[in-house]
Amino acid sequence: MNATARRRALDLLFQLLAMLILCLALGSLAALVATVWSDGADRLSWDFLTGFPSRRAEDAGIWHALAGSMFVILTTGGLAVPIGVASAIYLEEYGTRSLSARIIEFNITNLAAVPSIIYGLLGLWLFVRVMAMGRSVLAGASTLALLVLPVVILSTREALRAVPSSIRESSYALGATKWQTVWHQVLPVALPGILTGVILALSRAIGETAPLISIGALTFVAFAPDSLWSPFTVLPIQIFNWVSRPQLAFQANAAAAILVLLALLLTMNAAAIWLRDRYQKKLV
Amino acid sequence: MKRFEFLIEWALFLCALLSIGTTVGIIGVLAVETFAFLREVPVTDFLFGTEWTPLFATPRFGVLPLVLGTVLVSTIAMVVALPMGLLSAIYLSEYAPPRVRRLIKPVLEILAGVPTVVYGYFALLFVTPLLQRFIPGLAGFNALGPGIVMGIMIMPLVSSLSEDAMQGVPRGLREGAYALGATRMQTSLRVVLPAAFSGITAACILAGARAVGETMIVAIAAGQQPRLTASPLVPVETMTAYIVQVSLGDTPQGTLEYRTIFAVGMLLFLGTFVLNLISAWLRARYREEYL
Repeated sequence: MNATARRRALDLLFQLLAMLILCLALGSLAALVATVWSDGADRLSWDFLTGFPSRRAEDAGIWHALAGSMFVILTTGGLAVPIGVASAIYLEEYGTRSLSARIIEFNITNLAAVPSIIYGLLGLWLFVRVMAMGRSVLAGASTLALLVLPVVILSTREALRAVPSSIRESSYALGATKWQTVWHQVLPVALPGILTGVILALSRAIGETAPLISIGALTFVAFAPDSLWSPFTVLPIQIFNWVSRPQLAFQANAAAAILVLLALLLTMNAAAIWLRDRYQKKLV
Repeated sequence: MKRFEFLIEWALFLCALLSIGTTVGIIGVLAVETFAFLREVPVTDFLFGTEWTPLFATPRFGVLPLVLGTVLVSTIAMVVALPMGLLSAIYLSEYAPPRVRRLIKPVLEILAGVPTVVYGYFALLFVTPLLQRFIPGLAGFNALGPGIVMGIMIMPLVSSLSEDAMQGVPRGLREGAYALGATRMQTSLRVVLPAAFSGITAACILAGARAVGETMIVAIAAGQQPRLTASPLVPVETMTAYIVQVSLGDTPQGTLEYRTIFAVGMLLFLGTFVLNLISAWLRARYREEYL
């Protein structure tokens, strides 16, 4: 075999290795879904979705956790979205060059990489103890809002950056002020992009477990929360609770709850992708 | 009109300032409780002690077993994630036709978006039993299973950030290599990879920070026994898993036990913070090189 042929063969081999690795990664995703499906699909039923926790695994349901997750996520969105979008508008439209904007920007990139459990410690100290919210929906949602804030800010900035500057310039040319330009011209164009980012941020929050455990949300809660001050549990915490028990029946419950959680996430992601596609078509 | 504009700008600025407030809050809370903790436990006992038994009648507060547990699991995760992530980045950036890229990238995004509690289930009830068939001495809780699963979890992060770095390498460099008769593998490994090196290193360090801070996988599947060991086959406890363990009990505020989670949290925060700083510095450097 001459040198050229050997190099070509090596190149092919390398490509095959890389493809194999990718297949391995995709295969482990398939294995994960298959395991959870085969462990938990039998437990899925209407009674499981609408039932409450029980000492007996076969009677237990997830309604309290599902309702808790929904409640917490909506509250998180209500807190994080206005603040996050406002921050992004400031950084992108107002203070792009100023020193304070650059410091804030550096800070946000750093915050995005702080482990989520650290946010839980902050939430435990600040919201649960000092602000005396207790282990309530509001305390949990505030903690998660701080956690997803950097994600909301970063994705909103991307969306704002994608708005062509000609739109801003024509608005100014008609005599609009800065805020009029932002509110009436830039935001409507950027809205689908912002929504995509928000959905992705919230789908991260809905799977978060650690920060909510460290603010102490793992108390036994048998009812769906009915106000911001109610104690609560969420789907991932219920899953963690069931996984930690040695009985097989509870692990089957955990698998079934995981299926519900994954279905929820898939729906949210599909919505985000749909929005993104629509958005891209509109701009081009 | 002018005053309204001014008020709006200030309101927006205050919102942006909240992120600074978060950082200050995190550092402040951790610092206050850590200092209170260190008033009762000497700092040398804490940092260099080899026994971590804060819940025993005669408590010991040597954090090394937790640190070593964290390092052990993260190392296993990186051993899995780095080669896989880099190879997939090279494939996606240098080999794959656009259609394949469009197909694979969303799947990798899904892999990165699976909640960590689900990965914990996977590690405990699928990967560990699977490994036990090949490794007879493997305990039901261990560092190996969660480490591997954590590697799979952070592999998409390594892959997508490294791919970004490789895409930033100017086409001219590749074309030069091809003109000299190099194959795609030679171009990737000897031209693109070195040119994107600081960006790729930044990606790997960021992935390391993710692994160190990852909580649920280890809380579920690694066991909760602080142990000074380098063996991946026995139960260990990481810093994050310890915080979860204490949070599960009802710890009264102001006790020494309550403060341990903040002291451990401080250590965790400092560790990931330093890794993030290095990564940000490297990223800034590779941006300068080619823009």
